[in-house]
Amino acid sequence: MEYESVIGLEVHVHVKTATKAFCGCSTQFGNQANSQVCPVCLGFPGTLPVLNSKFLDSAIKVGLALNCTIQEFTKFDRKNYFYPDLPKNYQISQYDLPLALHGFIEINTNAASKRINILRVHMEEDAGKLMHKDELSLVDFNRTGMPLLEIVSEPDLHSPQEAYDYLTILKSIIQYLDVSDCDMEKGSLRCDANISLRQIGEQRLGTKAELKNLNSFKAVKDSLTFEIKRQAEILGRGEKIIQETRLWDAKELKTVSMRSKEEAKDYRYFPEPDLTPFLITKEKIDKIRTTIPELPKEKALRLIREYGLTEYDAGILVLDRKDADYAENCLMSYAPADKKPIANWLIGPLLSEAHSLNCGICETGVSPAHLIELISFVEKQQISHLTAKSVLSEMVKSKKTASLIIKEKDLIQISDTESLQGIIEEILNANQKSVQDYKAGKENACMFLVGQVMKKTGSRANPKVVGELLKRRLSDA
Amino acid sequence: MPFSLDTVKYVAHLARIELKAQELEIISNQLQDIVAFIDMLREVDINAINPTSHILPLQNVLREDTLVESLPIEKALGNAPERKGSFFGVPKVIE
Amino acid sequence: MELYELTCHELLSKINEEKTSSQQIIRSLKDRIELTESKVNAYVRLNINDFTCEHTHNANSALSLQGIPASIKDNICTEGINTECCSRILGGFKPPYDATVIQKLKDAGASIIKTKTNMDEFAFGSSTENSCFGPTHNPWQQDCVPGGSSGGSAAAVAADEAVFALGSDTGGSIRQPAAFCGIVGLKPTYGSVSRYGLIAFASSLDQIGPLTKDVRDCALVMNVISGYDSKDSTSVNRIVPDYTQALINDVTGIRIGIPQEYFIEGIDPEVKEIVEAAIAKLTLLGAIHKPVSLPHTEYAVPVYYLIATAEASSNLARYDGVQYGFRSCQSRQSLLDMYKKTRGEGFGEEAKRRILLGTFALSHGYYDAYYLRALKVRTRIKEDFDAVFKDFDCIITPTTPTPAFGIGEKSKNPLQMYLSDIFTISPNLAGIPAISIPCGFTKKGLPVGLQILAQTFNEEMLFKVAYTFEQNTPWHLKKPKL
Ligand SMILES: [Mg+2]
Ligand SMILES: [Zn+2]
Repeated sequence: MEYESVIGLEVHVHVKTATKAFCGCSTQFGNQANSQVCPVCLGFPGTLPVLNSKFLDSAIKVGLALNCTIQEFTKFDRKNYFYPDLPKNYQISQYDLPLALHGFIEINTNAASKRINILRVHMEEDAGKLMHKDELSLVDFNRTGMPLLEIVSEPDLHSPQEAYDYLTILKSIIQYLDVSDCDMEKGSLRCDANISLRQIGEQRLGTKAELKNLNSFKAVKDSLTFEIKRQAEILGRGEKIIQETRLWDAKELKTVSMRSKEEAKDYRYFPEPDLTPFLITKEKIDKIRTTIPELPKEKALRLIREYGLTEYDAGILVLDRKDADYAENCLMSYAPADKKPIANWLIGPLLSEAHSLNCGICETGVSPAHLIELISFVEKQQISHLTAKSVLSEMVKSKKTASLIIKEKDLIQISDTESLQGIIEEILNANQKSVQDYKAGKENACMFLVGQVMKKTGSRANPKVVGELLKRRLSDA
Repeated sequence: MPFSLDTVKYVAHLARIELKAQELEIISNQLQDIVAFIDMLREVDINAINPTSHILPLQNVLREDTLVESLPIEKALGNAPERKGSFFGVPKVIE
Repeated sequence: MELYELTCHELLSKINEEKTSSQQIIRSLKDRIELTESKVNAYVRLNINDFTCEHTHNANSALSLQGIPASIKDNICTEGINTECCSRILGGFKPPYDATVIQKLKDAGASIIKTKTNMDEFAFGSSTENSCFGPTHNPWQQDCVPGGSSGGSAAAVAADEAVFALGSDTGGSIRQPAAFCGIVGLKPTYGSVSRYGLIAFASSLDQIGPLTKDVRDCALVMNVISGYDSKDSTSVNRIVPDYTQALINDVTGIRIGIPQEYFIEGIDPEVKEIVEAAIAKLTLLGAIHKPVSLPHTEYAVPVYYLIATAEASSNLARYDGVQYGFRSCQSRQSLLDMYKKTRGEGFGEEAKRRILLGTFALSHGYYDAYYLRALKVRTRIKEDFDAVFKDFDCIITPTTPTPAFGIGEKSKNPLQMYLSDIFTISPNLAGIPAISIPCGFTKKGLPVGLQILAQTFNEEMLFKVAYTFEQNTPWHLKKPKL
């Protein structure tokens, strides 16, 4: 039986603000437990929330960037459930009148770009953190009340890869807006996935499982892949899927049911009486719209148009806003009309340097001007491409310029025939056997001799020139 | 009649309140009477009426994103029934 | 006259003339409490040797309540001073902050009495019998209730154990005890007094207000406690008038609406007679009255009990033994057990009943039929008032259908108890201001309250009518024999 997977993602993003959603406590990460709490975020009796205006503005910005309609009238609701990380035992959230509805983003699939619809974007407060120790669970409320956006996609994703791509693009857009770090390790971006299968051609949705504990984009992809296989096997046996929440076990690489600990959800939502409703005017929306920068999709299209980049290269370069700015800086400063060489350097050697440092291409310490200088050495054939790559590594390590490194290490290629001819004579004398072999028709012998010249010159000889000189010399003799 | 004994048990569980058997019976009888009384609201024509959840026409009440001093840890935990270091302690949550 | 018998404004002029001091007033109150408190039980956790005030060391005698001691209901947060809502579940709770009204009182030079006044647990009740510290007794007849939930505040003022007190009013919790105890009680317009620091019962209905010996004191206290607070999103940003300017002995031409739905079967005939006499008195003084209709009045009680309990069920979810207050002491139980036992043992019977009713009203499958329907009928109740206030300056009703009832008389029948709030609930649902003033006594010697209602933020109208009535009647001068 052939099944189609139907996937929807619920993403929670911490909004970057100085203070929490409803009180003046700091949002700083990683401080001593319960050092960033006040009566309000601790939910002490008698306290009341007041909404942070920056949170609202950022939320509107995200809604607009995700092509949503910002609602004229929005309000907060209480979501009631008991859990020790929730000081009031209700979460201030939005239920039936969320801030933003009906948006979309575009992801690139093999064939073309595909539109993934977004159901809603709403504001809420984060819960605290629990740690388990011996017989106790320990509660830290520093994270309680941090401003959080929940972004819910429609079930428009049909493969683990699409889910991965959706997350990548979503994260990229939010980072462009500068409203969140989107750092999964710090919990500033979190993701839950809903997945069900149905027979191809079937319109109705199958029974879904909700996957939690997805700590990286890879975990999202892997868990979905696992879950598709698990559900397909169950359906293949003619059995039914149970609607439940399953936890991803990243060590065992499987999802595990948490059914036994779950109970029927009855959140008893009702309008939050301690907060007023919010009327979002057209003027406000227009004002916030002007603060939205060029987003990755448009940026990619422009790079293709203006610099002749391939779609693939542009797609990679625009993912991170700072990297994209860096790349564009390089492309602009690079004089030749054909930008392909510099694009290759950005996506090739520089990107792999960045990867090994676990940072973006803009953070390797190599400025656009210095990168261009390095490339110009290659283009003038003063150093080989291989040498240039190691010079780049050295630049990243020592923060020195290419010209300084080349000078210090005396790396300029020897291309003049006169000095090379002397060395070639030496090598030929010392390797008579190889000369014989070559003349006997063994082409490999020439390669060996080039290698010897390179060795002799400490890789500084221009291998192309050496090859030509050798061939000429050997056919003469 | 929505207020069966099972409803009371379900609601008590949602509200995390343990009721003794006798209490359960008394309360469920009382709630039954109260809900029967409340049911008089069914007489009211509520077509085309907006619900009032905020009595004042207030809207858009916001604060600036400016820091306010947090509580000293000793004050934050000063009332805690159980604590460990600067954490609140609760019976172990089984995950 | 002893100092403890005096009103705020009388004491303020004595202080001004340097005929007395804050310390002397406290000492006088302390003597009075020592004498009468065993009969009244207006205060909780009282240790008479430790009966003190939080003094604000502000020498500026121009402050509006300089040197006046304030008695505070046990649900208004006072920094470092026990605030327990008279509930076992908040046992030992010392708030790490002051409510905005406490801050304002301190800024005005008032002294905060560290012992709080008795109340129904979490303000759930109309008799102050639902207190974990035992009931308060009505100073006029000690086998009667003082009303509730601010029964301790009302009884303390009536018994001269307090100069004035703060209470909170969600469905009558200031006005009904004020009526039962023969004093003045005001529920201000929703949004005029900050709720920051008032331990929430029903957030969309709660307001803090004064309980005082006369109308002038009520205006003086309102001058201090009302006003915008940026910590309360539902607080209205408007200029606070000087309410004492509204104390004008003249009701000429004032148009009073008398809602027919409030003079129904079940109202005590003596109460009806006394209130009608009061209306006649106001007419004699120049006011004009006409019958009006508030057709949705009978639905106020059911609407209130759905909305108030729904909000309460959520507001009280935080009492779970994690951060403060009581935790069931069975150690090493599961988390679920800890929650259920803590809340099962920590809450009193009425609190449990209301939490369960509210949880039910919001629960899946019942929300539309109960909670949402109640919100819609609330709109109707508000519209009834809007219609009347197009043609009338104020509305007058009895505060309660009966005078104070006996202790134990209604405590076994919660529905009967709920119906005793029938006249005080609507103003909370509509958000409008309402005052109760003494307007006479029954033959058995129990006080009767007159309730005056006005449009949103028109407290001045209430003060004007109440002051005129008071200046022309002797009721506010009567004192219970204790
Ligand atoms: Mg959420
Ligand atoms: Zn805080």
